[in-house]
Amino acid sequence: MDAVVAKPQSFKSDLKPVWCPGCGDFAVLSAITRTLTELGLPPREVALISGIGCSSRLPAYTSVYGFHGVHGRALPLASGLKLARPDLTVLSVGGDGDGFSIGGNHFVHACRRNVDLTYIVMDNSVYGMTKGQASPTTEADWTGSKLTPEGPGLAPFRPLEMALSSGASFIARAFSGDPLELTRQLCAAIEHRGFSFVHVLSPCVTYRPEQKGWRARVHGSFEAPTADRREAFLRLLDDDGFATGILYQGRETPFQPTAQATAPVAALGAQFAV
Amino acid sequence: MTLSSVSIALTGSGGAGVMTAGQILLDAAAKAGFYGLMGRTLGPQIRGGESAALLRLATGPVDGPDDGYDILLAFDWGNIERFQDELPLNTGGLIIADPHQGAVPDIMLTGDDIRTAMVPFHDLAKPIAGGRVNMVGLGLIAALIGLDPAFLLDRVARQLAGKGEAALEASRAALAAGAAAAADIAGVSPLAAPAPRTGDRWSITGNDAAGLGAIQGGVRFCAAYPITPATDILEWLAPNLPKVGGTLVQCEDELASINMIIGSSFGGTPSLTATSGPGLALMTESLGLAVASETPVVVVNVQRGGPSTGIPTKSEQADLNIAVNGLHGDAPHVVTAPLSIGDCLFTTQWSVHLAEAMQTAVIVLSDQTLGQSRAIIDPPADLAFVGKRRVPERIEAPYERYAVTADGVSPMALPGQEGGAYTGDGLEHDPVGHPSTQTAHHQAQLDKRRRKVEGFDYGDHWAEVDGDPDADIAIVTWGSTAAPAREAMARARALGFKVRLVAVRLIHPVPVDRLRYALSGVSRVLVVEQNHDGQYWRHLRAHMDLPGTVAALHRPGPVGLRPREILARLQSQ
Ligand SMILES: Cc1ncc(C[n+]2csc(CCOP(=O)(O)OP(=O)(O)O)c2C)c(N)n1
Ligand code: SF4
Repeated sequence: MDAVVAKPQSFKSDLKPVWCPGCGDFAVLSAITRTLTELGLPPREVALISGIGCSSRLPAYTSVYGFHGVHGRALPLASGLKLARPDLTVLSVGGDGDGFSIGGNHFVHACRRNVDLTYIVMDNSVYGMTKGQASPTTEADWTGSKLTPEGPGLAPFRPLEMALSSGASFIARAFSGDPLELTRQLCAAIEHRGFSFVHVLSPCVTYRPEQKGWRARVHGSFEAPTADRREAFLRLLDDDGFATGILYQGRETPFQPTAQATAPVAALGAQFAV
Repeated sequence: MTLSSVSIALTGSGGAGVMTAGQILLDAAAKAGFYGLMGRTLGPQIRGGESAALLRLATGPVDGPDDGYDILLAFDWGNIERFQDELPLNTGGLIIADPHQGAVPDIMLTGDDIRTAMVPFHDLAKPIAGGRVNMVGLGLIAALIGLDPAFLLDRVARQLAGKGEAALEASRAALAAGAAAAADIAGVSPLAAPAPRTGDRWSITGNDAAGLGAIQGGVRFCAAYPITPATDILEWLAPNLPKVGGTLVQCEDELASINMIIGSSFGGTPSLTATSGPGLALMTESLGLAVASETPVVVVNVQRGGPSTGIPTKSEQADLNIAVNGLHGDAPHVVTAPLSIGDCLFTTQWSVHLAEAMQTAVIVLSDQTLGQSRAIIDPPADLAFVGKRRVPERIEAPYERYAVTADGVSPMALPGQEGGAYTGDGLEHDPVGHPSTQTAHHQAQLDKRRRKVEGFDYGDHWAEVDGDPDADIAIVTWGSTAAPAREAMARARALGFKVRLVAVRLIHPVPVDRLRYALSGVSRVLVVEQNHDGQYWRHLRAHMDLPGTVAALHRPGPVGLRPREILARLQSQ
């Protein structure tokens, strides 16, 4: 890059995050601001939309336009914004509870709708904000929550499989502890035309301290992105949940109905004349 | 003798074509210079099943049904017991039925002086190649009420456009056969001649009118999830929004549709969705978000019988409680209600203006009766209300999105605007928009959000006030019940009673001072509405003391309140 438009710092607000020291979400915030800098996007033309959760606090820590909505509804809010304002770069961020539990229906439909926006889920397999309950991606035998003392007893969701089967046209996974790879993926995701889903393993050091060991578990085993859904499904069958990289990038046409006005408003009433 | 209004019910099972016949009759009457309206009642079947077209034709504007029907034409009696209570006959009413469909059921003969005429519609249609019974029926009705059949034929020809001369000829013959049969039926007074038409008239449903009002108010984005009886608004907007450069998107559910319009509105596009009770219930959390984040949105809620799935195809005014009180926290917002089928246009357009001007959520309480009835109206005047948001012209750092202003409205930067970046938030916040749990911030923001809607100048549009300024008694009503209330007042005045009518368009916040002024001098108030619990009556009482003795007339649907019931209460109170 020859002309540096904005430094990462210029995308950060002066608000101090509420996050616990060591939370994985700090690195995601930095990767997002770095990505916006690298892409040279004017801050005023970017919007960051979130729901509720620790991770969903992120928009206010940036200097772009943001919206911190209600729990689980970030994706429809982001989609409405992008559909009405295709000129903007729209990102949506949140947690695994926000995106896969209360917002699960919107997640699969956003994948299917394929609006040109980027969805970043900071997955820590726990509800951080409400102090440590199981989420849809929590292991069946995790007994750390008083709400499910025997463990949730359910097989965790596999978000990449959900995204692929629902029609997402860009699917990737990154680890918040590898900001360079995360930034690379975010750049590709934003440049991709269509719905891009970046699944970020982002440890909750407070309620899942064992996740500090994730660094040793992640491995970059998705090869170069494929545009072949069969190939992508095959890769996912072998996925242990810690493979990183861009899994799939298809060429599905983004959904963006736009209309040029063809009639003055005053002409509409004529259809009712008798 | 001639009549100024005649009410006609056409009933039959699916396939009889009563809705088509009803619409042709209404539009033909409009062509001939009459006014009128057509409601409909449908059984629970998805397709087919019993249905009735409920018409009223008149020499002057009408916006609600009469007490009963003067003529009931039954092509058959399939399942009549399921909706017979929606088809009351006026004294001396005439039932016309096909003898081959069996005798007139006893339950239809309970009124006073009911007469019957048997006409073999099927036999009359049979010899005509392609002849349809509904056309025979139309010909008969037109002859009875004195409507020139040329107007019918003109509408039929439009409907059959492209189907060839033979089809039109079949209709012509069927209409003539019906007209000939009318000669055997005596004692029906025709309509008086209408005043000559001076310009166009519109034939429009309340739901289409709401759609047009939305666009005229500036709405350019709509997110949709289908639900009876609101779907028609969405289906009208789908092809019409793109004509003016707008977009409609079908969503996965109402949680999505309300949040999509919050998103599009955050981007600066005036936005609306339409739903009915169950959908409104799903939207309430996010309506609170619109209030707290000060993002303008409009929800047109076309009420149906509730609670739960209730009576989805029939009308009731029972969502007032949830519309007014359904949001959690102290969440000042606006609730409006259209006062007639045609007024769905004005009220929706005005509501877009209110939402944009105050940067808040506005819920429009229409209902199935208004939404799915079609009326012949004079084309509405051009309205000045186009949603206009206060946007900062020059932004100085730090930009305070939620600045505490005198009128409570803070200039709202739109994405793309340099220096205006902020995070819209449902978390309580300081003036900049940063999350805050501080008492002072919470108090100041609660105050400003209330100030916005309570200090706003709603002008004269808050209600229609009509009747005698020196009356001792006033009817206070809202929504579709305004129509029978107007008629009850007219009848009372014809009997020499003095009555005042206050039909309220601004349901919430309660326009206390204006209401008090409108009711000054009366010593009796009758609050009229169509729900079981008296929701508006309780709402008013929670906010103000009504003058004198207060009585409430409220009963649930599905049968709409009739002028007679209101008049009886006026006389007995
Ligand atoms: C309708 C509703 N239900 C419940 C909550 C409480 N709540 C807040 S955040 C949250 C879960 C957050 O978990 P996640 O999305 O995984 O984010 P994290 O905090 O782990 O980043 C819940 C249940 C809420 N805010 N709204
Ligand atoms: S609770 Fe967990 S997710 Fe929330 S800020 Fe702390 S470490 Fe991060």
